[in-house]
Amino acid sequence: MKFLVCISHVPDTTTRIAFTPDGKALNTAGVQFIINPYDEMALTRALEIKEAQGGTVTVIHVGPAATDATLRKALAIGADDAVRINAEPVDALFVAAEIAHYANNEKYDVILTGRESIDYNSGQVMGMIAEFLGIPSVAVATKLEISGGKASLEREIDGGKELVTVSLPFAVSAQKDFAEPRIPNMRGIMSARTKPLKVLEPATQFKPVQSVAYQSPPAKSACKMIDPANPAELVNLLHSEAKVI
Amino acid sequence: MSVLVFAENWEGKFKKPAQEALTYGYELAQKTGGPLCAVVIGHNIQGDEINKLGAYGCPKVLSAIAPAFASFSANIYATVIADAAKKENATHIVFSHTYTGKSVAPRVAVKLQAGLAAGAVSLPSSPEPFIVRKKCFSGKGFTDVQISSPVKIVSLSPNSHHVFAAGEHKAADFKIEEFNPALPASDTTVNEVKKTSGKVVLTEAEIVVSGGRGLKGPENWGMVEALADALGAATACSKPVADMGWRPHHEHVGQTGITIAPNLYIAIGISGAIQHLAGVSSSKVMVAINTDKEAPFFQAADYGIIGDAFDVVPKLTEAIKQLKSAH
Repeated sequence: MKFLVCISHVPDTTTRIAFTPDGKALNTAGVQFIINPYDEMALTRALEIKEAQGGTVTVIHVGPAATDATLRKALAIGADDAVRINAEPVDALFVAAEIAHYANNEKYDVILTGRESIDYNSGQVMGMIAEFLGIPSVAVATKLEISGGKASLEREIDGGKELVTVSLPFAVSAQKDFAEPRIPNMRGIMSARTKPLKVLEPATQFKPVQSVAYQSPPAKSACKMIDPANPAELVNLLHSEAKVI
Repeated sequence: MSVLVFAENWEGKFKKPAQEALTYGYELAQKTGGPLCAVVIGHNIQGDEINKLGAYGCPKVLSAIAPAFASFSANIYATVIADAAKKENATHIVFSHTYTGKSVAPRVAVKLQAGLAAGAVSLPSSPEPFIVRKKCFSGKGFTDVQISSPVKIVSLSPNSHHVFAAGEHKAADFKIEEFNPALPASDTTVNEVKKTSGKVVLTEAEIVVSGGRGLKGPENWGMVEALADALGAATACSKPVADMGWRPHHEHVGQTGITIAPNLYIAIGISGAIQHLAGVSSSKVMVAINTDKEAPFFQAADYGIIGDAFDVVPKLTEAIKQLKSAH
């Protein structure tokens, strides 16, 4: 079975997000970048199925050369090879078109992403790739099993879960519970240095969405402290001042 | 400049995210000057439910009702909405950024070669350039995104837009048109739908009561639930609590869990790690209850009580019951 796992390069979850003074970009000073946590769950599940049933796991990423360390980390976790499309991932439609373009020639059985990247939180790329390739898409999946050319999945829906079956090939985005991420071992880290990392130039141009400005959330006014002996005062304030109950 | 709203239904009812999308669509159509139309997809929607959409100023509904829509398949829904957009010459399409919206909107974007602003929280200030604000960095920031393609898609973050009071903008000539586009074969088989047992769905809740490690163990959740019941709230928890198995993962709110934006968020025994705050900071009002006066949550909260949850929470529940019985 051939797996393609799409990797985003995002600020670590503990990062305090700040923007450049002109408000046009993320201030990357001192920011640690990691594999998007949901992508890591997708990668881990692909590796688990590959180890049980055979196959290959390729990771793909759209980004500049500075992101190679993130791809090497994915190789250290266990991916067999990596592909980087050498372009800024400015728009989901562009990223999806690039990945679909690459995947179209390689005939993958399963294409995986995280349910969203923790930087732009859009969750668009998986569905877009599936539409470009004309294959089923299962968004926000918490479980994946594959046997006999079919995949059984559990996915989140509004107010519950849904158990679905799709035929291969298909695309899926991973939500928490999909797999428990692995910490790369020394052998993985050593072998990652020599695994293939192919760099390709982009094949498409269409970028209909661009971020033109960034803002931090508005500053909160000071927290109003209430006497622990008198929680009824809190109820009064929530009712008559904040008007939320 | 025609606006199409996908009005999503849950078991035949149009709930708040759909009402927000309709209100947003009406206001967007006012800006673009274009006609407004909604599309509904389902199998068990009663005509009088569809009639209610007129109360949000929507003059026309394309109604795709068929047994084929009894179970969800992203490719089928995307085909219906893209065909509706073509039929109406829609230049702007509005989705709710719900699980369904997240599944369908990306496929529609590819079909129509349309830029998609996912998780938008604002209307554009003008039709051109078309710029809307959306959340980014899991609630730690906002970005203004410009869509430059001829067809533009906005997927509206739940609880981020107001809803017209029913009848406030009643459409004068409301009409429902049956819509039966040619459908591809479904590529997804739904075997089972499991509803979450909770009384209030977390992502839709107006009030959320959340517990953290400060509650010391799963056996102490009774008081969280009692408070939530008194408020008509959903319950949630912090990541460590879900990781330790005290509560199910689907209750975990935070950067790697569910992101919520209720009107009121009450955090009990949650210190307020940056990853947790990222998932809840869009709440309109936040309350922190913690024994530790240095807990970072007090920096983010609007109201705080430094005290023992085991003492404070039951008293709080009583005070709420009194308030509710007085009104």
